[in-house]
Order: sequence, then C-alpha cells, then structure tokens
Amino acid sequence: MLNLHLYMAQRLTAMIMAPLTIGHLAVMIYAVQGGLNVAEILARTQGSLAWFIFYGSFVLAVSIHAAIGMRAIMFEWLGIKGAVLSVISWGLCLFLLALGGHAVWAVTFAGASA
Amino acid sequence: MIRPHRTHALWYAFVLHRLSGIALALFLPLHFYMLSLALTDPAQLDEFLAFTDLLIVKCAEFALVFLLAVHMFGGLRLMALEFLPWSSRQKTFAASTVALAFVISTGFFLQAT
Repeated sequence: MLNLHLYMAQRLTAMIMAPLTIGHLAVMIYAVQGGLNVAEILARTQGSLAWFIFYGSFVLAVSIHAAIGMRAIMFEWLGIKGAVLSVISWGLCLFLLALGGHAVWAVTFAGASA
Repeated sequence: MIRPHRTHALWYAFVLHRLSGIALALFLPLHFYMLSLALTDPAQLDEFLAFTDLLIVKCAEFALVFLLAVHMFGGLRLMALEFLPWSSRQKTFAASTVALAFVISTGFFLQAT
C-alpha cells in the first residue's frame, strides 16, 4: 500500500511543510486582525515572488502529502486497493495541485499581469 | 468491547492525527477555490470574507487552525519517534502537541474577535 518511495515522500513533504505551516499560522494570526478583504490580501501577495515561492512550494508539498495520507486511510479503513487506490490517490494529488496552483497564481501574479 | 490498545493515550493521538488530516484534506479544495475567487470573482470573495465576521464562522476557523496546528505538531512527534533515538516521554509529547495547538488556535481566535 505504501512502498518506500511513498513513505519517504510523505516524511519529506512533512519536513518541508513544518516551517511553512508555522509561517502560515503566523501570517493568519497577523492578517486576521481587523478582518480580511480581497484588497488587503492582494496588497500583501500580488507581484511577490517570495509569496509565490512560499505558497507554491506549500501547495506542491501538501498535494503530495495529502494524497499519500488519504491513500493509507483509504487502504486501511475502506479496504480500497490495487489500481483503484492508485488512480484515486493520483487523482487527488493532481486535483489539489491544480486547484492550489490556480489559487496561488490568483493571489500573486494573475492580477499583476492583468 | 473496547480493545485494550484503544484506551491508550497514544491511540487517541493517532486517531487525532488521522482525523485532523482527513478534515484538512477535505477543507483544502474549498480553501483553494475561495482564494481563486480573488482572480475570477473578487466581489464574491469579499462577500465570503464578510461572512467570516460571524462568531459561528470564527469558531469554525478556530477549529480549523487547531486541526492544522495539532496535525503539524503531531506529525513532528511521529517523525521524532521514527527518526530520533527513542524517548519514553511519548505521552508527554502527545499532550504537548494538543496544548501547543490549543495555544496557537486560541491566539488566532482572540486576534480574530
């Protein structure tokens, strides 16, 4: 169900995400003061290569991490296995990657180039 | 009948890590979709962000921040368990992950309200 590559990918993405999660929590606690609106979010992120790299790597890591985690749960708790398990896991990874990539692009460079 | 291992504190830590992971995985698509509205429909995103001013929504956000923090700290405990020399204080570490997550999510909630 989890071979060595998937096991290591799960741990590696977790190690990458630990500092990113702490950064994300800090940004949330800072940004939520006084409420949130689109202009405020975009003022912080738009045109920023640093935020693009920060959240881009976060999305990449979380897509892999979540797909492998859900793969283990689907196998252990739902009894899904074989090709079906692989198709669902890959589908979830690509789904999160596409949605997350679009979200990161939307708040960093999409508006800046419009 | 409850099996003995399912009354152990570290079994609860395992379940909390797994359930928080499932909840976060289910929340992520919604989170990404909402952020994408900054590009496709900023007015709708502003409406949604105004909706998050409701106390009940802030309580849900508190829960999400708690789940994110407890999943991260719980994951760090698991990796320490796997990759570092064994320590017998696993129950203390597990309790600490919950305490730290509670401190962070409470900090978020206090700033949000």
